[in-house]
Amino acid sequence: MVTRLPEAGLERAGRLGPAIAVERRAVRCGRPSGGVMEDERSFSDICGGRLALQRRYYSPSCREFCLSCPRLSLRSLTAVTCTVWLAAYGLFTLCENSMILSAAIFITLLGLLGYLHFVKIDQETLLIIDSLGIQMTSSYASGKESTTFIEMDKVKDIVINEAIYMQKVIYYLCILLKDPVEPHGISQVVPVFQSAKPRLDCLIEVYRSCQEILAHQKATSTSP
Amino acid sequence: MVLKAFFPTCCVSADSGLLVGRWVPEHSSAVVLAVLHFPFIPVQVKQLLAQVRQASQVGVAVLGTWCHCRQEPEESLGRFLEGLGAVFPHEPWLQLCRERGGTFWSCEVTHQQAPAAPSAPGEDQVMLIFYDQRQVLLSQLHPPTVLPDRQAGATPASTGGLAAVFDTVARSEVLFRSDRFDEGPVRLSHWQSEGVEASILAELARRASGPVCLLLASLLSLVSAVGACRVFKLWPLSFVGSKLSTCEQLRHRLEHLTLIFSMRKAENSAQLMRKVNMLASVLLDVALGLTLLSWLHGRSRIGHLADALVPVADHVAEELQHLLQWLMGAPAGLKMNRALDQVLGRFFLYHIHLWISYIHLMSPFVEHILWHVGLSACLGLTVALSLLSDIIALLTFHIYCFYVYGARWAVPSSLRKPQSPGCSSGMGEGAALGRPWAWGPADARRAGPSPQLFIGTLLFTILLFLLPTTALYYLVFTLLRLLVVAVQGLIHLLVDLINSLPLYSLGLRLCRPYRLAAGVKFRVLQHEAGRPLRLLMQINPLPYSRVMHTYRLPSCGCHPKDSWGALCRKLFFGELIYPWRQRGDKQD
Repeated sequence: MVTRLPEAGLERAGRLGPAIAVERRAVRCGRPSGGVMEDERSFSDICGGRLALQRRYYSPSCREFCLSCPRLSLRSLTAVTCTVWLAAYGLFTLCENSMILSAAIFITLLGLLGYLHFVKIDQETLLIIDSLGIQMTSSYASGKESTTFIEMDKVKDIVINEAIYMQKVIYYLCILLKDPVEPHGISQVVPVFQSAKPRLDCLIEVYRSCQEILAHQKATSTSP
Repeated sequence: MVLKAFFPTCCVSADSGLLVGRWVPEHSSAVVLAVLHFPFIPVQVKQLLAQVRQASQVGVAVLGTWCHCRQEPEESLGRFLEGLGAVFPHEPWLQLCRERGGTFWSCEVTHQQAPAAPSAPGEDQVMLIFYDQRQVLLSQLHPPTVLPDRQAGATPASTGGLAAVFDTVARSEVLFRSDRFDEGPVRLSHWQSEGVEASILAELARRASGPVCLLLASLLSLVSAVGACRVFKLWPLSFVGSKLSTCEQLRHRLEHLTLIFSMRKAENSAQLMRKVNMLASVLLDVALGLTLLSWLHGRSRIGHLADALVPVADHVAEELQHLLQWLMGAPAGLKMNRALDQVLGRFFLYHIHLWISYIHLMSPFVEHILWHVGLSACLGLTVALSLLSDIIALLTFHIYCFYVYGARWAVPSSLRKPQSPGCSSGMGEGAALGRPWAWGPADARRAGPSPQLFIGTLLFTILLFLLPTTALYYLVFTLLRLLVVAVQGLIHLLVDLINSLPLYSLGLRLCRPYRLAAGVKFRVLQHEAGRPLRLLMQINPLPYSRVMHTYRLPSCGCHPKDSWGALCRKLFFGELIYPWRQRGDKQD
């Protein structure tokens, strides 16, 4: 069952306090009997491509965010293939060696397979489980999945950071890990949704939900 | 904190009984290791648990009850199960229940003391995490967390909750030794309850390894004793031994074999993996070497090689002579100093003539030498490749000589600093004389034209004008030497690759990926409102790059010692380069 949440209407990440209460009320009133609340919205990434954010609330202590990147477009695939084959045909007319054409076909096929298996990420998922940890999964276009799990003991906080990327300044969500040596230090910054690169509005949605769970986890862990 | 109950997937269809496992209070997790079935005698159960606790140093206890029945438990069964909480007191007391054939699980946690904070809704209190017991038992987490405290139940709080789970399951092997065919006082369900896993081959290998290791260790100690005797420490042999890469490789392999067949048992799994990796590397080496041997000795290929070797050497010498004739003329249109050019050219031509005579002298014996050298391939492909590298070094010895002459004499003084010892520093000093210094009273006394100043200036001018000629010879011979060094370097890289490749670890990662774990991954199973959250925990295998990095064997250190910048600087100043020098050798 899919429910549509009202627009958050937030510009800055500073005004998050009252918005959390609003969000909670909205979630409760739309709850179906299945036990899993699913919600899908569309956002855009930093280059303007369409992203789909799917949120699943399994329980108050377990949430999943699934960001789907735009698929491989037929146009770009055709363009690359035509370029490679034209170049190969040009070389063939120069050298009169038909091995060039077969080599071009092999290169195109292997390149496409390699791109689908190692480069093109279809979906990025963030699963946050209270008192267990945070799991990030990237699914490639060929079906390969690569997963990283960070235990909750190591997580200090989840923040939205700014970065300079090429000629732009972008926002990205990252997980800060605790330093085992220094209690107030940060040992590592792990960015999330690195290949989808959503814009700030999408990041704010994910940030708010994650902060709810982290706040709940900090409250229960300090109690005896 | 949410209570996490780790439940083995093999017990999901087990009959009702007691949950036996370990409670980790720091992470609020209950690790269920086995299910103990009805009927049982509480005293015997307590005895068994005490035995397991003593043997494995793990705080095993009865954590709660497991109910696998057709419908919801009846009142009497419910009261019976609660009554068990009084017989086996444990805080907190878990009550897991599953409908037979259904997917509905329910879990209740009873605390004997009243909770301080008001309890959250029921579904948030417990989380069920299913794990594959066999995989978790056999796998090894990377980076390995060292748990120094081995007392019953004590775990330092700084380790992660998952490391504690893995450690608990790994140390409780004692509990899994009995299966359902044993006539014990209690009936347990765990991953080995259908029959204990064992392998005849592994058992036979274990029995045979003792005497075999003893025999081989004694043989190897004999070989090392022979190699360490005083004869080899005398000057000619020790010098030759340190220069040849074959001797280095043989020493390296002997070290490996000594480690593999040593009588000491491996202390931890990292050492065991290293031993097995070394054995796999030695076996691969010998297999490849024998393949090479069979290829070489078949169809008289050695004869063909030997026949081709002398003409190739002749051809190389001829090309070098052409090169020198070219240098003695007007190379690339540059104008050289005629006299110096002729002297240097004739000097090097004479050397080539000597070398060609030497090759022709050796030509009848080449085939026999090659045949015996080919036999060395049965010691391993790395030995054969090191021999090849040494043969190339010997055959191109004249190029090395030319390079040394060029570096030492042709460009000695033009750019080298005057204070470097053991070099002729004519131009350096001349340049130093030409540098302005602070004029003081002592210098006023020396202000007159001294003979030192005159000779220094003369020498400086002469050497400056001779610089293009000498620099050209130096450039040509340095390029030739670099070519030879590059070929030797490639061979060394190949030898290094075979030496350090951790074949066993890579094979393990390919065939049994759960053995080498980088971490875990979770999957949320079908969730119902009002029921506890169920997760499936799977092993996340280590990526191949990390396997290579963690388990690569130490190589014999044949890496280039200088960075590119240092190398260029040495080339420019005319210092001799030995890029593939072993660590610990003096640099010239």
